[in-house]
Amino acid sequence: MKYSMSALVENKPGVLNRVVSLFRRRNFNLDSLTVGRTEIPDLSRMTILIEGTETEARKVEKCLSKLVNVVQVEHLHDKPSVMRDLALIKVKVEGDRRSEVMQLCDIFRARVVDVAEKSVIVEITGEEDKIEGFTDLLRKIGIIEMVRTGIVAMGRGEHTVSPNGYRKTAAKGSKSVL
Amino acid sequence: MKLTGAEILWECLIREGVDLVFGYPGGAILPAYDAMTKYPQIHHVLVRHEQGAAHMADGYARATGKVGVAVATSGPGATNLVTGIATAMLDSSPIVCITGQVPTSVIGSDAFQEIDITGITLPITKHNYLVTEVDEIAPTIREAFHIAKSGRPGPVLVDIPKDVQIAVTEYEPISEPAVVPSERLVTVATTDEVDRALALLEESERPLILAGHGLTLSGAEQELLEFAEKRQIPVALTLLGKGTLAEGHPLCLGMMGMHGEAHVNIAIQEADLLLAFGMRFDDRVTGDLKTYAQNSKKIHVDIDASEINKNVRVDLGIVGDLKHVIGQITERMQPAEHAEWVNLIQSWQDDRHLRDIYNADPGGKLYAAHVIRDLWKYTGGECVVVTDVGQHQMWEAQYYHHQRPRTLITSGGLGTMGFAVPASIGAKMGLKDGEVWTIVGDGGFQMTMMELATAVEQKVNVNIAIMNNSYLGMVRQWQEFFYEERYHATPMGSPDFCKLADAYRIPNMRVTRREEIPQAVEFARQQTEGPVLIEFVVEKHDIVYPMVPAGASLHNMIRRPVAGAVTEKE
Ligand SMILES: Cc1ncc(C[n+]2csc(CCOP(=O)(O)OP(=O)(O)O)c2C)c(N)n1
Ligand SMILES: [Mg+2]
Repeated sequence: MKYSMSALVENKPGVLNRVVSLFRRRNFNLDSLTVGRTEIPDLSRMTILIEGTETEARKVEKCLSKLVNVVQVEHLHDKPSVMRDLALIKVKVEGDRRSEVMQLCDIFRARVVDVAEKSVIVEITGEEDKIEGFTDLLRKIGIIEMVRTGIVAMGRGEHTVSPNGYRKTAAKGSKSVL
Repeated sequence: MKLTGAEILWECLIREGVDLVFGYPGGAILPAYDAMTKYPQIHHVLVRHEQGAAHMADGYARATGKVGVAVATSGPGATNLVTGIATAMLDSSPIVCITGQVPTSVIGSDAFQEIDITGITLPITKHNYLVTEVDEIAPTIREAFHIAKSGRPGPVLVDIPKDVQIAVTEYEPISEPAVVPSERLVTVATTDEVDRALALLEESERPLILAGHGLTLSGAEQELLEFAEKRQIPVALTLLGKGTLAEGHPLCLGMMGMHGEAHVNIAIQEADLLLAFGMRFDDRVTGDLKTYAQNSKKIHVDIDASEINKNVRVDLGIVGDLKHVIGQITERMQPAEHAEWVNLIQSWQDDRHLRDIYNADPGGKLYAAHVIRDLWKYTGGECVVVTDVGQHQMWEAQYYHHQRPRTLITSGGLGTMGFAVPASIGAKMGLKDGEVWTIVGDGGFQMTMMELATAVEQKVNVNIAIMNNSYLGMVRQWQEFFYEERYHATPMGSPDFCKLADAYRIPNMRVTRREEIPQAVEFARQQTEGPVLIEFVVEKHDIVYPMVPAGASLHNMIRRPVAGAVTEKE
């Protein structure tokens, strides 16, 4: 099964490396990892998806929490949450296939973001399943290139992963981020 | 006050209480070495190999409970530290390693002696830093020491490029404690956790404590004693747990695991409640997990949350500082006795005396087990013993009974051969007083024997006892049991160890008969300055019993055949 968690980490050099290295070393099965800025300038938020058992998911959480630069880790799979993945897909549109692609976009609420002579780029956001469904159909038409962001997730309502009592550490390391 | 980065480094180390560092210079760390001359309060020990520096810092830390410091240059200096850092990591030993790095302007260009040591040590340090600005040195050192010793201790590496050591900045001492985001501030058990522990204790008729290194790291030996005595619960020790409860205390059973005493392993399999205190269910103590302690409920107390339910599923996991948590439980616990259970274990223990080698007639031979037993006897069991890795290490664990914490220093988790000689130098330099014995095999001795020069130069009074069996004995034992006696690559030739000692001007002695052991101890004790070396020429084809083969069930031990003549009863 897939388990999702959200981690707040310090914006310091090598933090992403530390997290990824942990997955490799402990033999955890990483399915997706995304990282980006947050509402707090010194912190980044990671959304992590692992493939495994509940026990493994708990282990991941505890091991992550031990990393010095990790401020907060919380599971999302056991609470109501919103999960999104974004894909950019370049589709071959020869002959009359262009309108077919447009129709599919309509149904899936995807957007065409670039139009060229023989191809279009469509953008779709949604849960993983929806994107899988969409790409399955496009594959029949002809996908030239595809890129996905990986999952970002957030707990609904009061389920907020916040940096409880986080105080900035003194040693900042070098300037570059991650 | 305007200071260079190198000066700030020493200012900060002194603020952290450092007065002794183990190191080896080189280009990228030279500014720091040069600045050291301005700080006479720092004593620098020039090692002969950087691995030795890391082990010395580790030995110092384990003996004193303080943070040990090792210093090395970039590139090969830094990579030579790696085995020592990994050793400290696996045994949760607090050390701080300072390495020089090539100037920031050339980092990433494969400059001379550039190596990504923070990358290399990422999985074997608790944390590490590459300091790229001079203003960062002070906060980083503050944080590094805090991380090394707080929570579950471990090694921290600080890599400082040469230009950062040279750069000048305004230095302001930091007195506030470091803050670390990941740190757990709660180290006590909740009322609910204590309630549940008490309920499990109440139900139990066959409780058993598994005492590990965490007790010493927490300083919880007194709490352990009070807990065990109040409820009359027997205590089994891990290798690194030796010394947490005095061996000889009626409740202390001895060591568990692969080479643990048979009665201890049987007790673990037969218990109905295991109280795991600061131990981590390593495969060397559990054997096959599928058959491990199937009859028991389990309570696990550890400061490291990720240890709970890692290898063995427990019924109650309490994350906290053992000193607090055990104290909390003891306070609310009713006294009890488990006479039937204790007697049952005793009956298993009686069988041991028949089989034990210390009851066997040496028949004119010198057995390493006898040597260690006699060292224990003639030193009154009060020494600090630092061992290497192999058969001699297991015999030490079986036959040298420790009374106090921090008196057995050994590489448990990583099993690093070559640990003993440098670690004992570090331990002795940290302790200053007290007798230190280094028990080392002929193989392991030759891995780091270059540090004899360090011991001589620093006048470190360690008694180095080489158990020379002309074999990589422990590997030979595996070949005997599991590889049809094909002794490939385990017979080992050695130099004349006594002549080697002569070359270093180290007083030395060779022992070939058991009767000579008291003399040897006397000889070692007469030397009060600098090291002593004693070579014990012991039996070659000897086996550490009992043995749980790797991956077998804990109760499936290969036992020593019942001994012929009985010469001594404990
Ligand atoms: C650095 C390192 N290399 C290899 C090993 C594997 N190993 C474990 S015990 C042992 C034999 C040790 O021989 P010796 O030092 O003579 O001690 P003895 O077992 O004979 O007492 C070996 C090779 C190890 N633990 N550490
Ligand atoms: Mg040997």
